[in-house]
Amino acid sequence: MTLDIPKNSVGIVSAEKVLIDKPLTLACGVVLPSHELMVETYGTLNADKSNALLICHALSGSHHAAGFHEGDDKPGWWDSYIGPGKPMDTNRFFVVSLNNIGSCFGSTGPTSINPQTGEPWGAQFPALRARDWVESQRLLMEHFGIQRWAAVVGGSLGGMQAMRWALEHPDKLANSIVIASSMKLSAQNIAFNEIARRAIKSDPEFRDGNYLQHNTAPRRGLALARMIGHVTYLSDELMGQKFGRELRSGDFAQGEAEPVEFQIESYLNYQGDKFSGDFDANSYILITKMLDYFDLSREYQNDPVQAFGHANCDFLVVSFSSDWRFAPQRSREITDALIAAGKNVSYAEVESDQGHDAFLLPNPRYEAVLGNYLSRVADQLEGAV
Amino acid sequence: MNMELINSPVRNWVNANSRVLDLGCGDGTLLAELQQSLKVRGYGLEIDPTSINQCVAKGVNVVEQDLNKGLENFADNSFDTVIMTQALQAMRYPHLVLDEMLRIGSECIITFPNFGHWKARAYLTLRGRMPVTKQLTYQWYDTPNIHFFTYSDFETLCRERDIKVLHKQFVGEHFPDRQLKNVWPNLFAETAVYHLSK
Repeated sequence: MTLDIPKNSVGIVSAEKVLIDKPLTLACGVVLPSHELMVETYGTLNADKSNALLICHALSGSHHAAGFHEGDDKPGWWDSYIGPGKPMDTNRFFVVSLNNIGSCFGSTGPTSINPQTGEPWGAQFPALRARDWVESQRLLMEHFGIQRWAAVVGGSLGGMQAMRWALEHPDKLANSIVIASSMKLSAQNIAFNEIARRAIKSDPEFRDGNYLQHNTAPRRGLALARMIGHVTYLSDELMGQKFGRELRSGDFAQGEAEPVEFQIESYLNYQGDKFSGDFDANSYILITKMLDYFDLSREYQNDPVQAFGHANCDFLVVSFSSDWRFAPQRSREITDALIAAGKNVSYAEVESDQGHDAFLLPNPRYEAVLGNYLSRVADQLEGAV
Repeated sequence: MNMELINSPVRNWVNANSRVLDLGCGDGTLLAELQQSLKVRGYGLEIDPTSINQCVAKGVNVVEQDLNKGLENFADNSFDTVIMTQALQAMRYPHLVLDEMLRIGSECIITFPNFGHWKARAYLTLRGRMPVTKQLTYQWYDTPNIHFFTYSDFETLCRERDIKVLHKQFVGEHFPDRQLKNVWPNLFAETAVYHLSK
């Protein structure tokens, strides 16, 4: 197909499979002797390797953050913010985006073969914590020969990794950019995740997580899980605006044979079905568990100020007004703790009716804040400040 | 009004390497300067998106927060100096904001337009209408300045609340203000700059 690629796009991109041939000790104690990561990079690494940005994806993200894969008409998941002249400006930065372990877009995860059994890992893939992703990302950093990230950037679960980086490897990043995130999930967040997991496990095709060995997949369960998630990522307001009570088919008049279907029903079913074809159910369970267990300050006596006391980088924190999954209050708590710890931090609460998904979508104010912040980071690297 | 005249006493009263909170920090000019010259660890609170963007571009720590919704998120004595320039008159409850500033900071610096200035008095007396001057440029219906007060009013408030005045300075740019601002501040000071503690 022919596609008009916008000027401010990174263009056609392709992924590289990187073998990390070093042992990775996971938080649960299991050691992966080696692992593979799918990686995309955009822009050029400068001579002293100081201009690298690390992109951390969220629950369902992949390495494909920007540009177009050959033949695709949809760009990567963060294309609005990565590209020439965009906030993560590929004319100035070398952007590294990977698919993390435990996910299902080609990196080592539940769909990979467990070398010890010769079978897919499936539900036996070891439990993961955000710190395991950070550790794997650090090994990838070594692969590129990068000493210090100019910034680690992420939204939602990605923001959790950006914070974890700041505590675990204080001297290996100059900036941590934490978007629509939280220091830990609320009970309500965990509740939604558990409903999603129960939906997957209730599908008879789940087969205790060993569905790949039976050449099947719990697609109905996963679709349902995604539908629940999707509702929580949007705001009530936006859903009303976008779909209202419009009908896709049928009408309210009595006697019509065709059943009434609201637009929102059709939309959610479509999203659920699409997702259940693209994503792996075991990965969904694994990563939602990772979200649930994330607690930034647990090993710092549950004191976020003490936790952030270990950080040595500057922070940008951004939240969105209508995000009720990771509400602005969660970001204010991060900001307050950073101020009390004496760290440099700026915080913007961006007006948006797009709910949690706002961090992925175009928004002039969000673009300006992120763009101004990173432009200063680039100025400093280039010696202009 | 020349902001430099207001900011220069502020610079003298802030200690090097101290922790500074600027309430309503605008585009971050003052904080950027204090960071540069005195190496302070500064944070500004602001609600205007354009100003926030300007702060971020300058490398000034800025936090989006509405001062009228309280400052409970800041601990007692967590800053050396809390600054508020030309914004007290726009607060819903200026006296409570003042209490909060003195709770959070060991010292405070406040600057405000003196509504007792002769030009404001003359405007109201002679024209019989609410003053619109170079410093107070808004009409009565669209002004963010909802609490007009004078130098004398502020002195009284400090006395009533047992607030210590460490220093004060008056700003008047032109004749006769420049000559008379210290003689009769309530009439000739356009702006008052106060350094306070508990």
